[in-house]
Amino acid sequence: MRRRVWILALAAPVIAAAALLASGARSVTASAGQAPASSAEVKIDNFSFGPTTLTVAPGTTVTWTNRDDIPHTVVSDDKVFKSKVLDTDEKFSFTFTKPGTYGYFCSIHPKMTGKVVVQ
Amino acid sequence: MTKNVKDEILHDHNHDGIDRRGFLKCMAWAGTGALCVMQGGVLKSYSLSRLSDLGGRAAATGELCFVQISDSHMGFNKPANPDVAGTLKAAVDKINGLSTAPEFLLHTGDISHLSKPEEFDTVDQILKATGKEVFFVPGEHDVLNDDGAQFRERYGRGAKGAGWYSFEKKGVHFIGLVNVMNLKAGGLGTLGHEQLEWLEDDVKHLKSSTPIVVFAHIPLWTVYPEWGWGTDDSGQALAYLKKFGSVTVLNGHIHQTMQKVEGNVTFHTACSTAFPQPQPGKADSPGPMKVPAEQLRSVLGITDVNYVRGQHALAVVDSSLA
Repeated sequence: MRRRVWILALAAPVIAAAALLASGARSVTASAGQAPASSAEVKIDNFSFGPTTLTVAPGTTVTWTNRDDIPHTVVSDDKVFKSKVLDTDEKFSFTFTKPGTYGYFCSIHPKMTGKVVVQ
Repeated sequence: MTKNVKDEILHDHNHDGIDRRGFLKCMAWAGTGALCVMQGGVLKSYSLSRLSDLGGRAAATGELCFVQISDSHMGFNKPANPDVAGTLKAAVDKINGLSTAPEFLLHTGDISHLSKPEEFDTVDQILKATGKEVFFVPGEHDVLNDDGAQFRERYGRGAKGAGWYSFEKKGVHFIGLVNVMNLKAGGLGTLGHEQLEWLEDDVKHLKSSTPIVVFAHIPLWTVYPEWGWGTDDSGQALAYLKKFGSVTVLNGHIHQTMQKVEGNVTFHTACSTAFPQPQPGKADSPGPMKVPAEQLRSVLGITDVNYVRGQHALAVVDSSLA
């Protein structure tokens, strides 16, 4: 993989700090609640991603939750991130560090597409 | 519910490939499969649920009988069908009860729900009770997480590429295609260049009088692109089959029966043995549809898909539920 990826849904506030530190081992006690802008949700419902376009600040951890009776995946168009198959109620998280537009889709049902705009 | 109603062909005025009765009929035969009979190079298919009505007549006159089943989704346990093993067993019971035993079975994919080894194991175990050879093509649910490695290991049979292959039975050329791999964002099913080249080569030396049966998971005709019910490059595949007088295309994926005739090509989709899906565009999504339990398991005689030759862009063979 080209870049390091953290998938730590509860440790979102750590990411920005950790990114600045080579070790990333520093103890951080802040909870997610203190940094409301640092996490966001996408729901998978009725074979669609909601919201279809999500705009977040750099450092935000986005969590997808599959609420369908059918499994789905979350796969970035440019292979930046790729979930395992998500059965009902399973989640996938990815932290967006770099500004940009990240198109993604469900690789099982490719008509399902979405976008995360990091700015 | 009576089943002594003569079958009829309903033209599809909306050009969407299905009507309400077709939809209802299909809901009621989840758990069954289709018996296919090749007669004079023309394939007819019958719902297993209707065979008691047909008696041995259909099968006995055919040159080749085989059964298509599809979309077993072993491992699915949601309200639409908490017992997909039970409904697959019901399909097997029907197959074993046929007056003329089929030569073999085709399974048009979504064998498993989550590509788990135990899901494939269960299906294999249940289908073993037919004592028949089974030819598989993968559905998108069979190639999760491993790009289909497990599927090819289990069902590869010396297949090429992602698992495509062909074989002959009694003069009929069968072609199993894979259109569930490397799907692109916003796209439909995909065969891909390598597979198309193989197909062109595979049929090049066949006589044009050879009956062709193509089977693949996602429909090779555009049923409803908004739900991904079609294959982007199927046109190219069909172009290679133009010279043949009889081409039958059998698909699954959409969990309901539909039929379309285009020139010498007849397209069929099969119902699932697991759960029904909604009529195209008639629900928010193509997700599993919950129907009353007694209806799901019902195998009363209501579906009989016949080969139709004609000019109609779309035709659904229907029998009344009334």
